[in-house]
Amino acid sequence: MSTLLIIKIGLIIVIFSITLVVAMYSTYMERKVAAVMQDRIGPDRAGPWGILQPLADGGKMFFKEDFIPNKSEKWLFILGPGIAMFTACMTGAVIPWGGTLSLFGETFTLQIADIDIGILYIMGFVSIGVYGIMIGGWASNNKYSLYGAVRASSQMISYELAMGLAILAVVMTTGSLSLKDIVESQSGGQWNVFYQPLAFLLFIVCAFAECNRAPFDLAECETELIGGYHTEYSSMKLGFYLFAEYINMFISAAVISVLFFGGYNFPFMNDLGLSANAITLIGVGVFFAKITFFIFFFMWVRWTIPRFRYDQLMHLGWKKLIPLAIINLMITGAWLTFKDDFMAIFNTMF
Amino acid sequence: MKPFTNRSKAVTKTAMTFMERIYLPAILGGMFITFKHIFKKKATVRWPDEERPRSEVYRGKHVLKRDDKGAERCTACGLCAVACPAEAITMVSAERNKGEENLYREEKYASVYEINMLRCIFCGLCEEACPKEAIFLTQELMPSFYDRQDFIYGKDKLVESMDNRIDVSKRQESNVVTHKYNDN
Repeated sequence: MSTLLIIKIGLIIVIFSITLVVAMYSTYMERKVAAVMQDRIGPDRAGPWGILQPLADGGKMFFKEDFIPNKSEKWLFILGPGIAMFTACMTGAVIPWGGTLSLFGETFTLQIADIDIGILYIMGFVSIGVYGIMIGGWASNNKYSLYGAVRASSQMISYELAMGLAILAVVMTTGSLSLKDIVESQSGGQWNVFYQPLAFLLFIVCAFAECNRAPFDLAECETELIGGYHTEYSSMKLGFYLFAEYINMFISAAVISVLFFGGYNFPFMNDLGLSANAITLIGVGVFFAKITFFIFFFMWVRWTIPRFRYDQLMHLGWKKLIPLAIINLMITGAWLTFKDDFMAIFNTMF
Repeated sequence: MKPFTNRSKAVTKTAMTFMERIYLPAILGGMFITFKHIFKKKATVRWPDEERPRSEVYRGKHVLKRDDKGAERCTACGLCAVACPAEAITMVSAERNKGEENLYREEKYASVYEINMLRCIFCGLCEEACPKEAIFLTQELMPSFYDRQDFIYGKDKLVESMDNRIDVSKRQESNVVTHKYNDN
């Protein structure tokens, strides 16, 4: 039992640090991707190819004046970025980062907690994440911040519905809410994206909205709201907000890979004749490759599409995505219920 | 009207087709364009590691020329200060003493000649106004400083040294150059 505890604590520390490092280097990657897509070079001064740039940015954040506006709600003002960061870091706990690993005569899974409502847990924490933005925006006592906060909260609520419905289709085909089960059900190239392409499309659109990423970054648009909910923030509090956004992006990329692209599964994983540990380690690498691709995809879209207008955002969320998700759900349900009948009809026809 | 480029498109107000309304083909097209840009040549010039080529008549930092014998050409006539739209130039004139003929070309010279580089707009009207071919702008860039006082360039920084003369022949019109050589 104590070995299990040590392993779990070690896993928590490792995953926490990986999350932070990935988030750190996402900022670097974002700047590089933006640069190459705009025919520029991007940061290349700090270290070779600028790879120390995130450290320089972090150091800068720490040395900035930590300013709290006079008329703000002081404690809520401090609480806001804390909640944002906390919820962002918590979601990593249920992601299955890899299969089972046998070390020192012990077998353990590369997942902190395989709780059987994994996907609900993630949805729950993402919902709490909006409180960080809302509280921060409200406590700033600034109309731009409040606008940003109001936009963020209504956007999150609207898109969570469609997101939940899209996930529900996957959950119905898998028959489980546990992320581990969802990944295992996709082994052997049976990726959900081939069975639920519409759900994937809806999910990825909603993931952009949930992460407050362009083209749905209305909560923090620099041009309209001078930064939105973090207008009044400075120093590491601002750093926390920005960091939380990149962690959310990392986790979203992970969730997309888990739900639709087979998580740590890779094609022909059981035909290579490798040991279980080697397959697990390759699987972790494959999983991170998938995550990196989706983080790149997030950035790629951000530097391609301009921001939505707010009414367009609501129109898309309520009038397009939710009906589509419901139709998808109905089709999935009908298929699951009447699968044998369909197959019988199909067989008699041909 | 005849379009100026072949890229102009007539705008129509017809209702969007289904393909346009689902928006995804347009997004994919846009993403293809941004992806292509990853492989394009970068426009960045990594200054100060590399320098953008500057024109031969680039209007950078000023120089006060000496003549071929090493005497300062400036006679402190003040035409450059009058011509200067930013009022960046100030000078104090002095009379040449005996024995200073090798230092100053004419009987009158500028004992103080200062250009405030924070005011200067590098328009080049001073070199246009100068009747003695004494002041020129060069290809050299102005550095930046932390102190305002450092931007006031006196004669110590402006007058060229004879060991390291600055070629301004490209800035002079041909008749001026012939005139100058006849003069010497």
